[in-house]
Amino acid sequence: MSTDTAEHVDTHDEAHDHPSDRKYVQVAIILAIVTALEVGTYWMESVPGEVLIPVLMLMMVYKFFYVAAWFMHLKFDSPMFTKFFVAGLILATIVYGIMLTAFEFWHKG
Amino acid sequence: MSETTANPIGVYTRPKGNTGWRDWITTVDHKKIGILYGATAMLFFLIGGLEALLIRLQLATPDGTVLGADTYNRVYTMHGVTMVFMVIMPLAAAFANYLLPLQIGARDVAFPRLNALSYWVFLFGGLFLNMAWILGDAPDGGWFAYAPNTGTIFSPGKGMDFYALGLQIMGIASLISAMNLIVTVLNMRAPGMTLFKMPVFTWMILVVQFLLLFAVPVITVALFLLMFDRNFGANFFNPEMGADPLLWQHLFWIFGHPEVYILILPSFGIISEVIPTFSRKPIFGYPFMVFSGIAIGFMGWGVWAHHMFVSGIGPISIAAFSVSTMFIAVPTGVKILNWLATMWGGKIRFNTPMLFASGVVSMFTIGGLSGVTHSLAPADTQQTDTYYIVAHFHYVIFGGALLGIFAGFYFWWPKAFGHLLNEKLGKWNFWLMLVGFNMTFGPMHILGLQGMSRRIDTYSPGFGFEFWNMFATIGAFIIGLGVLAFLLNVWVSARAARHAPPVGPDPWDARSPEWFTPNPTPVHNFDDDIQIEALDEFWHRKYGQDENGRLVRVATAEEVCQDGSATDTHLPSPSYWPIVLAAGLPFIGFGLMYSLWFCVPGGALVLMAIYGWVFEPTDDPDGPHGHGHHDDHDDDGAADEAAAEDAEEAPVG
Amino acid sequence: MADAAAVSHGHGTGTGLSNNKLLMWTFLGSECLLFGGLISTYLIYRSRFGDGPAPGDIFDIPFTSVSSFVLLMSSLTMVLSLSALQRGDIRNNRIWLLTTALLGALFIGGQVYEFTTFLREGLGYTTSPFSSAFFTLTGFHGVHVSLGIVMLMSLLISSFRGTLTKERSETVEIVGLYWHFVDVVWIFIFTVIYLVPSPTS
Repeated sequence: MSTDTAEHVDTHDEAHDHPSDRKYVQVAIILAIVTALEVGTYWMESVPGEVLIPVLMLMMVYKFFYVAAWFMHLKFDSPMFTKFFVAGLILATIVYGIMLTAFEFWHKG
Repeated sequence: MSETTANPIGVYTRPKGNTGWRDWITTVDHKKIGILYGATAMLFFLIGGLEALLIRLQLATPDGTVLGADTYNRVYTMHGVTMVFMVIMPLAAAFANYLLPLQIGARDVAFPRLNALSYWVFLFGGLFLNMAWILGDAPDGGWFAYAPNTGTIFSPGKGMDFYALGLQIMGIASLISAMNLIVTVLNMRAPGMTLFKMPVFTWMILVVQFLLLFAVPVITVALFLLMFDRNFGANFFNPEMGADPLLWQHLFWIFGHPEVYILILPSFGIISEVIPTFSRKPIFGYPFMVFSGIAIGFMGWGVWAHHMFVSGIGPISIAAFSVSTMFIAVPTGVKILNWLATMWGGKIRFNTPMLFASGVVSMFTIGGLSGVTHSLAPADTQQTDTYYIVAHFHYVIFGGALLGIFAGFYFWWPKAFGHLLNEKLGKWNFWLMLVGFNMTFGPMHILGLQGMSRRIDTYSPGFGFEFWNMFATIGAFIIGLGVLAFLLNVWVSARAARHAPPVGPDPWDARSPEWFTPNPTPVHNFDDDIQIEALDEFWHRKYGQDENGRLVRVATAEEVCQDGSATDTHLPSPSYWPIVLAAGLPFIGFGLMYSLWFCVPGGALVLMAIYGWVFEPTDDPDGPHGHGHHDDHDDDGAADEAAAEDAEEAPVG
Repeated sequence: MADAAAVSHGHGTGTGLSNNKLLMWTFLGSECLLFGGLISTYLIYRSRFGDGPAPGDIFDIPFTSVSSFVLLMSSLTMVLSLSALQRGDIRNNRIWLLTTALLGALFIGGQVYEFTTFLREGLGYTTSPFSSAFFTLTGFHGVHVSLGIVMLMSLLISSFRGTLTKERSETVEIVGLYWHFVDVVWIFIFTVIYLVPSPTS
């Protein structure tokens, strides 16, 4: 919120820059594959938690931002929107992360 | 409301009247909404003040019997809740609504109907919460409502349900208004007004809206959990079932500490307008003022656990939050030094607004310093739950926030009502309040360090508490006199103004763009766009430099101001739906408390209002200045719909 | 001075952005804190199940995976409906809007089934801090999905009334933002609450 983005792109033209339906389907296929990988870990009981959880988290974060970037158009929309969303995300992560730390959440594993 | 129910959805009579009570309940004009906010908040202020006087009467002598323990609990709880949520926050909203569009040179806020909705939701939420008095079951768990003390076992009546649902409803109002004002500031500024040419007041209000945007959902969660515990037997705060009561404390204070800055920053903004005007100097270190406000907004999120030093949160948490609490004094100190530097060497006029503003600078400094003493956990352990804390936060909230708001009243009264408040009564108002305030809360530092507990309804003789308690009670009544002086002033000044010449466009030799409009502000605000070249644009159009670099007047205020004569301005049309939607919420609240049947009329009102709202164009096509952008209007309504649906979801879900 | 109507598409606003979209994004930023609080509450309480069923005993991962997949695909249909309207293809817009609402309803149906199964297995709302936190978190998400379905159906009605045209595609876009947000929240919930191994009794 500290920068002035007075001369930003006109929102009208960018409707034509939107990706094609084909691209959207591709994105969905990738999301489906990652989801399948995620679910697949459920049957891999031999994987220790120290490996499994970070891998799951990585895949989750990837899906999260992939949806935000393509379906929510953050990739080609104004950075202002990204800022609002990411501000909320970062604030929530930090504040609730500290709260969970105060509850010694991470020690229990 | 009968007019609205009589009409099928989509075919309705649009409110047209511009006069009388109907105009006030359907208005979407940010100025009228600001005045509504202010008047309502002052009404609640009288209720909250009455509660304060009852508290002081009970504590005036040892073994007081004025209230009794049970009523005392309810009175101090409602005093806190009222003053925080129904007085300071809406008073700040009053100034924000009235002034923010004017300061950025806009015709209205971005979403006028949502703005009206915010006000009505706040009003009905406040009325709902105060209904608890009439129904004989006011909340008794403190404004902080620590669980499990607020569970059904220790607080079996309906009081805490009123608390949880009432705050929930008012939270919706705050959230909607925060979103609306953020969009307004970002999108509606006059040509040339970059963010760093915005007045400091607008900046502080913007920071506050961001704090609200992110803090309100946290208390929403906490209040939902409390409500589910109380009404549906959930186990969020029930230690018997293995729950951790600290969860409430964390969630409450994650909201609660940003809330402190939500209360104080608007006042900082107000006096940052008042002090330069009455010192005849530009604000010292404008960028520092802005950045320190932003810094306070950020750091306010990292200090919440200093409210919990004795709650058993562990040494590491205590150490970390001690340090962060010490740090937050830095940006606050920057602000105080900048105000002092603004006054330094200025040609100071001590009119009433300036008196109140200097009151803020001095009194808030005392409150800030006692606040720093809390950051030292060992000292805080001694101070917790004593009157020292009560002294501290009253110096901050009364000495900081409320005095600043009074400065704003005196400063902007001509902007809103077209006449000045009486200076003589204003000085009485100021001095009575300042002296009474210090008499009431100054001694509480001593009482607290002597060990007098807060929230306890009485004390025994012989601990040395008697003198200062009586002293404080006398002080409280002097504050009461000060408030009476203000009310008298409002009445006397309005009467005097009938026979006096108009105040003119620029009574204070002011600096910021809201003074480009005549006094009182015409309904359309600005006749023409103002082109902003600099901070303090209004001042720079009045004054220039001669060849020796000396300040000379280049134009009179009358030449610079617009005359308010434009008649062809297109304005957003009034609407019934905001008040109808808001009126449904208390019914839903009662439904959750007493019988779900109440939810039926409540839900019906909300649903009807949302659909009426969506199908009503923002601008009346039959209005006198309608034009052909149908799609644009409807878009506006659709986004409103989304927000309104979310408003609906909170109490229902 | 551009009036409120003219700026709603982004012309003449300070940022060049549409008021409506900006409003929705501020709201979504705020929602992060709401769901963050509920998720944190769940995480704190997930091992406090007392004598009741533990999360690790009761979660049916294959079933939830299917309903998660349904919700994920509803994001695709949502974006396709927007894309159709932006091309002026009213028919496909309606088809995809309806599909999205149906997929959302399918997800909600799955949630109702899951809740009733848990109830039968002894996990009531009041059983333990874990159960309260679980039902509250997923229930809040379900309410959000349901509201999204209501919005989608409203759009559909509006389309059949002939008012949802290419020029008004921003309305669909804004409802879409809400819908995708609810989807990404579920992406988070699905991984962190279901897939990360939960305590067992």
